[in-house]
Amino acid sequence: MSWVCRLYRSSLGAKYVMATTGLLLFGFLIAHLLGNLQIFAGPDAVNSYAEKLRSLGPLLWVARIGLLVIAGVHIATAMKLAKANQEARPVAYAKVTHRAVKPATKTMVLSGLVILAYVIYHLAHFTWGVIQADHAHLEEELGGGATRHDVYSMIVLGFQTWWVSASYLVALVLLALHLCHGITSVFQTFGLHHSKYACAIKMAGPAIATLIFLGYASIPAACWLGLVKLAEAQ
Amino acid sequence: MSGHDHGHGHGHAPNPAPSHAPSHAMMRVNLHIWRQKDAHDDGRMVAYPNVECSPDMSFLEMLDVLNERLQEKGEEPIAFDSDCREGVCGMCSLTVNGTPHGPRKGTTVCQLHMRSFRDGEEIFIEPWRAKAFPVQKDLVVDRGAFDRIIAAGGFVSVRTGGCPDGNAIPVPKEEADQAMDAASCIGCGACVAACPNAAAMLFVGAKVSHLRHLPQGQAEQKRRAQAMVDTMDAEGFGNCSNYFECEAVCPKEIPVKVIAELNRDYLSASLTREERKADGGGGG
Repeated sequence: MSWVCRLYRSSLGAKYVMATTGLLLFGFLIAHLLGNLQIFAGPDAVNSYAEKLRSLGPLLWVARIGLLVIAGVHIATAMKLAKANQEARPVAYAKVTHRAVKPATKTMVLSGLVILAYVIYHLAHFTWGVIQADHAHLEEELGGGATRHDVYSMIVLGFQTWWVSASYLVALVLLALHLCHGITSVFQTFGLHHSKYACAIKMAGPAIATLIFLGYASIPAACWLGLVKLAEAQ
Repeated sequence: MSGHDHGHGHGHAPNPAPSHAPSHAMMRVNLHIWRQKDAHDDGRMVAYPNVECSPDMSFLEMLDVLNERLQEKGEEPIAFDSDCREGVCGMCSLTVNGTPHGPRKGTTVCQLHMRSFRDGEEIFIEPWRAKAFPVQKDLVVDRGAFDRIIAAGGFVSVRTGGCPDGNAIPVPKEEADQAMDAASCIGCGACVAACPNAAAMLFVGAKVSHLRHLPQGQAEQKRRAQAMVDTMDAEGFGNCSNYFECEAVCPKEIPVKVIAELNRDYLSASLTREERKADGGGGG
């Protein structure tokens, strides 16, 4: 396995790791979005989806630990690269004029760290139920005395609070910025570059980032516009 | 000429359009130049106000004039690299106002002229800044790291002897063009100087791309990519973050496509190359 260590230690190996883990985390973003968009199908759809996820038991934990490891490797490798990059220029220029550097690229570490902080807060809110605890343990009556976790009401009540929606949107903007650079970079890192599709690759990052932003932002927007409301209010 | 697009803002008559005829009016610039006694000195920016020059002088000629003035006053002249002064050797290496080789695209600093600047402009002149390019004196840096990367794999192994027939191996025109585009790299190091991470990927990519598009370079393609990247890492260059600033400042306008090709070759070499036990991957 020495070739694996050698590959990881090389500057390009670290980039393949960044691209691969980034792509896997992007996969999670898509899956999470598709799951959450079921809120538009009503309380039953979301609540039974949540119930199904929770009933996966050990499989759910495999997915959770997998995601944790992938995110951990992505962050650790990013920190390693950022440190090496800082060391590569010990004396800074007195004056710097860039021609091509884009804000999204320049702020990758910053946007990444803010997303990390947001994810922890987001878990504390909707998974651990630490924030807005009174919304976190609502139960939906299923008749016959049976109940199930009312995720639908938790989400709607959560997003009706202005600061929950505002922080969500700020994090989404940074996530979109992060994806703008990340998605286009994956192609370059794996050597997929050709004049035939160079333009499409260049557009892929901003286009997909915009779609992800709109998809996720549609949920608090719908809660605010009253398109999605509490079951009793319907 | 981008330098002429900016107005003076001092109530002068509008600037005449840039003229190709020699202009007799002299201009003055205020220089801020990095001075460093030797490799161990900390160095600092030193101001040289009101340096008189002709708009038709090249940037390096302007520095020659300044150096003559300094020598007349008994001061140490400013050390900077230059050789051909025709934009083909890759020796000149000045960061002018924060951009390697200065404000004109696709131009080495020796081919930059003072008419690209405004009369009275403040101009910052610094050396390439990278750990792998240590400053030797003033604006002169040691680019030996590039030589060591080339020595690690930037070649094809051939038997010397009788001169082979020039056209013995046919190369399709499209491939030859791509090889020639990459081969136009003059190894000046502007890509490293411009990269926010001081990465050398455009240089290494150009050298790998140059040979990978030719039949003579195919046999050693995988070993070359690995050996050159490993040497690049060992020399202390940064990592590529796809800023693409290198492509924007390259005086030969080498495209970042060569970096993608290097990424592809290195991955393919890491996954599929047969390695001998004794082969560490470095060296030729």
